[in-house]
Amino acid sequence: MEMLDEIVSEFLVESYESLDQLDRDLMALEESPDDRDRMSSIFRTIHTIKGTSGFLAFPHLEKVAHVGESLLVPLRDGELSLNNEITDGLLGMVDAIRGILAQVETDGTEGDEEFAALIARLEELRCPSVTQPAAPAAAEPIVEQPEAKPKAAKKTPARKKSSAKSAATTTKTTRRSTKKAAPAASVADESPDEIPETEVSESIDSADAQENKIPEPPVVSKSRAVAAPVVAVKKTNEASLAAADAGNEQQSSLADSSVRLDVSLLDKLMNLVGELVLSRNQILQFAQNSEDAAMIATSQRLNLITTELQAGVMKTRMQPIRNAWSKLPRVVRDLSISCGKQVQVVMEGAETELDKTILEAIKDPLTHIVRNSVDHGIEPADVRKANGKPAQGTLWLRAYHEGGQVNIEIADDGGGIGLDRVREKAIEKGLVTAEQAAAMSDHESTQLILLPGFSTAAKVTNVSGRGVGMDVVKTNVEKIGGTLEIQTRPGQGTTLRIKIPLTLAIIPALIVSTDGERYAIPQVSLLELVRLEGEQVTTGIEYVHGAPVYRLRGKLLPLVYLSHALGTHCSADSREQCEYRDDSNNGWDVDFVMARSKHLAWKGRLRAYLDGRETMSLDEAVSPRACSLGKWLYDEGMRDFGHLPQVVQLERLHADMHAAVGKVIQHNEQGDKAGAEKHLLDVESLSHHTVAILDELKQTAEGNGAINIVVLRANDREYGLVVDRVNDSAEIVVKPLSRQLKGLSEYAGTTIMGDGRVALILDVMGLAVASGLTADLRNSDHTGIAKDITATTTETQTLLVVDLGDTRQFALPTSMVARLEKVSSTAVEMTDNREVIQYRGKILPIVRLANVFGAYGSQIEEPHELQIIVYSEQNHSCGFAVNQILDIVETKLNLTEDDGQHSDKLLGTTVIHDRVTDVLNLCSLARY
Amino acid sequence: MLHAGSLKPKPRNSKHMSNTQHQFCTFYVDDLFLGINVQQVQEVIRYQEMTRVPLAPPAVRGLINLRGQIVTAIDLRCWLGMPKRNPDQLPMNVIVRDGGNAVSLLVDRIGDVIEVNDEFFEPPPSTVQASLRGLIQGAYKLSDELLLLLDTGRALAECDSRGVPNSRIAS
Repeated sequence: MEMLDEIVSEFLVESYESLDQLDRDLMALEESPDDRDRMSSIFRTIHTIKGTSGFLAFPHLEKVAHVGESLLVPLRDGELSLNNEITDGLLGMVDAIRGILAQVETDGTEGDEEFAALIARLEELRCPSVTQPAAPAAAEPIVEQPEAKPKAAKKTPARKKSSAKSAATTTKTTRRSTKKAAPAASVADESPDEIPETEVSESIDSADAQENKIPEPPVVSKSRAVAAPVVAVKKTNEASLAAADAGNEQQSSLADSSVRLDVSLLDKLMNLVGELVLSRNQILQFAQNSEDAAMIATSQRLNLITTELQAGVMKTRMQPIRNAWSKLPRVVRDLSISCGKQVQVVMEGAETELDKTILEAIKDPLTHIVRNSVDHGIEPADVRKANGKPAQGTLWLRAYHEGGQVNIEIADDGGGIGLDRVREKAIEKGLVTAEQAAAMSDHESTQLILLPGFSTAAKVTNVSGRGVGMDVVKTNVEKIGGTLEIQTRPGQGTTLRIKIPLTLAIIPALIVSTDGERYAIPQVSLLELVRLEGEQVTTGIEYVHGAPVYRLRGKLLPLVYLSHALGTHCSADSREQCEYRDDSNNGWDVDFVMARSKHLAWKGRLRAYLDGRETMSLDEAVSPRACSLGKWLYDEGMRDFGHLPQVVQLERLHADMHAAVGKVIQHNEQGDKAGAEKHLLDVESLSHHTVAILDELKQTAEGNGAINIVVLRANDREYGLVVDRVNDSAEIVVKPLSRQLKGLSEYAGTTIMGDGRVALILDVMGLAVASGLTADLRNSDHTGIAKDITATTTETQTLLVVDLGDTRQFALPTSMVARLEKVSSTAVEMTDNREVIQYRGKILPIVRLANVFGAYGSQIEEPHELQIIVYSEQNHSCGFAVNQILDIVETKLNLTEDDGQHSDKLLGTTVIHDRVTDVLNLCSLARY
Repeated sequence: MLHAGSLKPKPRNSKHMSNTQHQFCTFYVDDLFLGINVQQVQEVIRYQEMTRVPLAPPAVRGLINLRGQIVTAIDLRCWLGMPKRNPDQLPMNVIVRDGGNAVSLLVDRIGDVIEVNDEFFEPPPSTVQASLRGLIQGAYKLSDELLLLLDTGRALAECDSRGVPNSRIAS
């Protein structure tokens, strides 16, 4: 069996399963012959087996399956109706297939049995003219039989059948009972090959009937068909069958060595392991503080086992990327033929494993990219030859692990992306202006193909050119926390690199806190951490018209204060915590560190005094103000930080400690060394506490004095999230938001922290959108197309200038536009007196702006194509139909308030290109 | 084998059947004496530390870790439009099952589990505050007080619809 090809074993496992299903389906179909779905399912199963066996070069198997399939075609099409005989024939075929499979499993060959009789029988059944009348009277009651026999009912009918058969043939000494033999035999007489069916129903009892029939012709085919299943029987561990024991010990079947599981069960296991990981983390925290060696050892063991278990369960969800790739060669083949190109596919790293959910999610984007590569990337053979390349193009699929992520590359050796053409098209489609395009670097131009509505294809083909594509690919990849990168070299090819996380269930995250609550930020979105200290705290953050920004290596990074975004900065609950945070005291932590070292130095003096190396007067020792910590505390300490509860506590503690020191000195002066040492222990404990408080203060101070910026990437836009403190990084188990909180786009989920408390996981993208970093984020590198970020903060706005089909000109801020789309006017449908289109699987209401503003011109005729401006806010989307998009301009908005008829729908009026232009208020129009 | 369904009373239709006994888990919210069918109650636990959810609807007081399950805590005082609880008065959690999930209802005080006969049931009187009426299925006239039957399904559904914080509703 080791010699078996992996692909063959997979085929065997799958086929055994499908055959079992087939048996059940056939049985069920007999009860309800009109069940089309079931019929189609049977057809597909046989078809799959046929296809695969042809591919794996099992001609006999293919032949049997083929005849079966031919018989199923008229059945599926309703030309033939299912009767007992046909069912029998089909079941006979299932058995024959099972027999061959068993043979394949034993020695890798399909044997030399050709099943001529079975094939003939099936052929005969297919032509109704030859079909003999069935014998329903005999068969029908029998069908009910299995339920009466609990033992038999446990098994699938097919198993019973083969069991029964083998029992009959290999052990001729089974019980003898003739009560069922007569009717069974009568069926058998008519169609010798379909004997099995009778036994299916009759189970073991009818084994005798089988025996009676054995001498009947055609013996050869029957005994063959019967001999093969013996192997199958052994696998079933059917104890009641002596036949199973008769054979020598066999390796356990492939069907037994792998189990097909419900994904929901795995998910549940995964959840439980997640819980275990959390409990483990908690135990470890306890153990750290424990002195008990056994406890520590046990917790370490728990740690190891949990980690292994976690890895194991994660592995169950992992599948090789081959599964997602497997259909691509076919796609490439078909496509290259239809494009008249020659393309070979090279796969590298097909065994790289990925979480099943992620694998499913990338299947479609992959197909899309591959189609793009073949259609746009690789040139026709003659062009390639002219450029000195081999006629056959190559498409590489590569996958590899890198830093907790999986990289998938789709590369071609085609012509690369024609950047000039990309820019031209982008201008033509109104995505950028000519000036912007001219200012773009090559890298920026490459990114243009990811914009919605972009396509360079000259004409729309069935393959590509519709202009929906790469942006959808990008969205899909980003939905699972991945990123998409494009590299292209003219004349040499293009590489697309997708980076995706290994799994979604347990993710690495950065834990931050703000206003006393902790939040988790997925590491995938994290770019870097910036900490502003000292002078930078006041000078580092600048304001552009009220919007905070930070100069990160020369580029402006927009900042979002988490406390403002979540509205926690001064809510009633957090006011206490807020109070001292608002204090703009810098460099506190230095004070506390100093105080701590002063205290430790003083304690050293006390020790030296007890050892006789120093002198210390009683007065000096008892006075809490005399020591260096005391001097600091009663001077600056109380003055600067007296409002902190910790400092009040510190003062009390410090006084207590000096009282204890007094006792030490007294005992020492009386010569009671032992008593002094005893009291010194009290001092030690109090001192310990003091140091702890100072440390705590230092930490608090750190959180206050400095500014922590977490630089994040949402889509392609970067922004800085300002948090009070960056705590730690941790592996967290993602749990969904409850029903009541689903509407909050700021959160991606919840998790349980090591200490058992719940923390919210921030949605980096949602947070950016909610904070007004416009809905459709674009790369901040692309100064040309991403002006909207500053547009919202300065007076300069990017406006989309549109025409409604009359003499007037309208404009709207691009920041309000989610996408631009063109749809055919036939795509517009009506519902409830509103015009809608189907858009990305949703229904998008359409507002014709010309109707809203009452078109003045004479041009009433319906255009063939509608230019739609898609606007979306939170959960609400709306499409505005305009006649034409004229331009995108950057202008200083100098609005004149309009108080006319449409004042609520307009932001105002301005002058663009020397024309008076009404600026639309999409927010209010969307509610129109 | 026992079928869970056969033992379960049907509170919705129960008003039409007389002399059916129901068990209610009772509790107090301010001066209201409320009850939920015990079948809906998973457990009752004392006050738990909660994680606040900024931007959440006001009634969502926070998230609780209930043995690894994250449960949303909803303050009934807020839903029923009552004054805020005294800060030193810690609420109790009545964990009710809401579909596959659990939700915690924060109440002031837990009463007994009592058995009531359906013949004492009456739909909510029309004089009851409108804010309350939608959340209450009716009242059981007990000998010394009125037990109001809380419509948890309704309350939770309402929480969903109102779940969108005010800032999100078209301003």
